Amino acid sequence: MMNIVKQLLVAFGVLFGALTVGGMLIWLERRLLALWQDRYGPNRVGIFGLLQLPADMIKVFAKEDWIPPFADKAVFIIAPAVIFVAVLLSFTIVPFAPGIEVVDLNIGLLFFLAMSSLGVYSVALAGWASGSKYSLLGGLRASAQMLSYEVFMGLSLMGVVMLAGSFNLRDIVEAQRSVWFVVPQFAGFVVFFIAGIAETHRLPFDLPEAESELVAGFHSEYSGLKFGMFFVGEYMGVTLISALTVALFFGGWHGPLLPPLVWFLLKTFFFISFFILIRATLPRPRYDQLMAFGWKAMLPLSLANLIVTGAIVLQ
Amino acid sequence: MKTFGDDDIQKCKGLHMLSILKSIWTVFMTMFRKRATIQYPEERPYIPPRWRGRIILSRDPDGGERCVACYLCAAACPVDCISLQAAEDGHGRRYPEFFRINFSRCIFCGFCEEACPTYAIQLTTDFEMSEYARANLVYEKEDLLISGPGKYHDYNFYRVAGLSIKGRDKGEGENENKPVDVKDLMP
Repeated sequence: MMNIVKQLLVAFGVLFGALTVGGMLIWLERRLLALWQDRYGPNRVGIFGLLQLPADMIKVFAKEDWIPPFADKAVFIIAPAVIFVAVLLSFTIVPFAPGIEVVDLNIGLLFFLAMSSLGVYSVALAGWASGSKYSLLGGLRASAQMLSYEVFMGLSLMGVVMLAGSFNLRDIVEAQRSVWFVVPQFAGFVVFFIAGIAETHRLPFDLPEAESELVAGFHSEYSGLKFGMFFVGEYMGVTLISALTVALFFGGWHGPLLPPLVWFLLKTFFFISFFILIRATLPRPRYDQLMAFGWKAMLPLSLANLIVTGAIVLQ
Repeated sequence: MKTFGDDDIQKCKGLHMLSILKSIWTVFMTMFRKRATIQYPEERPYIPPRWRGRIILSRDPDGGERCVACYLCAAACPVDCISLQAAEDGHGRRYPEFFRINFSRCIFCGFCEEACPTYAIQLTTDFEMSEYARANLVYEKEDLLISGPGKYHDYNFYRVAGLSIKGRDKGEGENENKPVDVKDLMP
């Protein structure tokens, strides 16, 4: 009985935690981007501008819920829900602390890869259902980009799986008790992180949204709450990739003094800030440069990493 | 489409990566610099003294109006935002009966200040003139006239001009010669 209550508590906690972090990231990203651009972010509304988040939410909720008359209605409405659901489902396998995870899945990592593949659907469907040129182009670019970067995202994780001997994320974190996997699997970490940035289509891989180029790309026809869902879904994807990087490569909850959950959250926060720092720094490559980079640089690197790791592990 | 070229090879070799990492480090270090934003309205920006802001009409050091309603400012204005009407008081002094500047048209170029012969119309450093209704942006003479000499403290036009007004006859200005006596036969 207590077990069920605890499970429910953890499940709701993770759900609300993920949504809250996704929302707070709106404020955090604006402040951090401003910090690295020699300016202040929102600092007028409330202390440190924290009330900016409720203000933005009120604005988004109050917007007119307009569906373009040339859009495919059902698909248009479902597309933002797909990314939301896929990311939230992926949060179930993330191990926050020993004993605190929603589901202790034996194929946890595989499940995450499957959910991120489902995430491609949201972008492609949104681009198609919007019924406008820019959205379609954004959707096509997004699906091509996300599919190609998913290939070596999976491959880079196989090295971690080989070292830990299991797909279960808790076993992978436990196997990092002595040395974090970033040390033997540095190439895998680099490939996974870059692939993660591409999966959540953040800068420098944000041609799908390309705020200054494709007129907001696949979500240009979305307004109000649906756009808010895409937005928050993207931030939750950032949080998810950061949490997974921490769990897979940086020792999860292992750390000297503080409680394990605090270590996990600190490390995740560090990686989220790194995401934002990369957004502040890097220019956007052209679409063919982006695809060339993925197929010609990252894929051979991940394959080589796999071969070397396999050779050493199987000796 | 671009073919596999030199910079692709560079990226593959990771040389490009190094410059990317250096950029990331540089941007990260900007965190420790002072931010360039001026937090208006708590902090004000530095306004130089000759900054062209709100227009005023100034007075003599003796307290009379400087403006002689010569229409030079209205003629010089590139957007025709100045409107005035000359009148003469009983003592030979010209003055503007009404003086209207439409600040929704004014471009704050300063041509009127350059054209004015008496240093009457001046541009100050004030810029906080927002209004909700456009009609409130048309300033009349009572809104423009100030009680002091503005930026030029000692200039009194009537002391150097060759007019005769109350309290000062012809020939009594600074640097002014006495008028020639036309009935005298001496050179």
